Amino acid sequence: MTDKRTTVEEIVSELRPGMTIGIGGWGSRRKPMAVVRALCRSNIDGLTIVAYGGPDVGLLCATGRAAKVVCAFVTLDSIPLDPHWRTARQQGLVELMEIDEGMFYLGLQAASWRLPFLPTRAGLGSDVLRVNPDLRTVRSPYGDGPFADPAEPGVELVAMPALRLDAAIIHANRADTAGNAQFLGPDRFFDELFLGAADRRFVTAERVVANGALGEEGPLAAVTVHRLLTDGVAETPRGAHFTACPPDYGRDEAFQKEYAASAREPEAFAAFRARYIDVDEDRYQAAVRERSEVAQ
Amino acid sequence: MSAAGNVTRAEVCVVACAEAWRGAGEVMVSPFGTVPALGARLAKLTFTPDLVLTDGEAALMVGAPPLNTPPAELVREAAMGYRAVFDVVWSGRRHIMMMASQIDRHGNQNLSAIGDWARPTVQLVGVRGAPGNSLNHPTSYWVPDHSTRSFVEHVDVVCGVGYQRAAAAGVGATRFHHLGVVVSNLGVFDFETPDRVMRVRSLHPGVSLDDVVQATGFELAGATQRGAAVPETRLPSPAELSMVRDLLDPGGTRDREVKG
Repeated sequence: MTDKRTTVEEIVSELRPGMTIGIGGWGSRRKPMAVVRALCRSNIDGLTIVAYGGPDVGLLCATGRAAKVVCAFVTLDSIPLDPHWRTARQQGLVELMEIDEGMFYLGLQAASWRLPFLPTRAGLGSDVLRVNPDLRTVRSPYGDGPFADPAEPGVELVAMPALRLDAAIIHANRADTAGNAQFLGPDRFFDELFLGAADRRFVTAERVVANGALGEEGPLAAVTVHRLLTDGVAETPRGAHFTACPPDYGRDEAFQKEYAASAREPEAFAAFRARYIDVDEDRYQAAVRERSEVAQ
Repeated sequence: MSAAGNVTRAEVCVVACAEAWRGAGEVMVSPFGTVPALGARLAKLTFTPDLVLTDGEAALMVGAPPLNTPPAELVREAAMGYRAVFDVVWSGRRHIMMMASQIDRHGNQNLSAIGDWARPTVQLVGVRGAPGNSLNHPTSYWVPDHSTRSFVEHVDVVCGVGYQRAAAAGVGATRFHHLGVVVSNLGVFDFETPDRVMRVRSLHPGVSLDDVVQATGFELAGATQRGAAVPETRLPSPAELSMVRDLLDPGGTRDREVKG
């Protein structure tokens, strides 16, 4: 059986300028930050980032990697608004496709099921349709006959288009060498759908174990990413830092504050970037350890 | 001291929020903000015992634990990850109370951006789930800072859908659309008017109709009728007050969201 183990560097080497890239997690929770950091220090630009947005979006905007973002929100959770995202939007640095959270879900689901769209009420009457003039509505073909709903025969709904991804990256608590992945925290979010919607599919994990050993790490029901959904698996201990990755670790709130504060002026972000982004992952993790030791 | 005695404005708001869920039955409440979170707990402890509260993460929780209860001390009854949330939203078994950076006379709500959407003056959090929420289940709003900046003639970006926009979008939008109340630090508002525009439902004790009119950027239905009697928002009962003060929020975080 294929051993899908790879590295963050190899994952990034498969990404190209102008690609549409999905990033798993939600807000400042279980984001594949090791890959995000590697992307930030690459010269790959013009990216369209598709995410339930958190600091992944803020960092990829602040480092000039993202040209467009597809999202329903960008938040750091404990800090409601990501100042890097605010700067990018208020200075007009990125294009935005802003859609409802549920539309986003259906877009990934449609892509995953190889459908052109899925119908939904979400978006009707709202400015989501105004700011995305390419979105279309669809009329139910059941205007009469046995399948017509008498309350709304032939109802007009939003046709949420498939959000097809060139690549997707998610972060799991555990994975195995064959590409199965396990979520030990309370929410798996939409990570399987990001993988299902993508051509190239990558998982990073706190720990990669032998094929068949995930049952010893936690319930098999928590292995919701199976190897049919993955092309590569990289072990990245603390790879979701500074976002939350329960039960392995919580959000590093102090670090997140430093990240947010670095948006105040260009010099502050330059210093943040030199210390935490323009270094490899080992040096990043060492800098984080050093930082927390100083704080104590 | 007002007729409200030593009851704070925040405590009046907590009860006003709780009233949003009176008679709601077994539905999920998703309160945003401290005061709605307290209101939902109070409703569950008193007149709507079947309410379903979430732990703010990915589970439903038993009972109505105090605000800021450490996660390890919460008792959970079921998983409620984000994907399951959409099953609840789209089946209608929820009555949410969202916040609004802007709200207008038709009940359109904005939490996306202030100014021109293409290049906003102030970028906010984003549309989030508001477009879908407002069309699929009852939706109420909490605005802790009632002013002409928050109660505006037209919101800059329509996130949560109001009555007029829903009607224009057709039956797919109107079928399950229902706006409950808008609770602010000054009063309670609803859309129980023939043309579904916002009216004053009640004024919090100590607030005059003129205070509200001055703080509102559009004409409230009924507010110009001279001598029209507007009811006063009810005060917490002694039992409710004790629950809020001694049980649910002994640290007084509610008074940091609403002053006075």
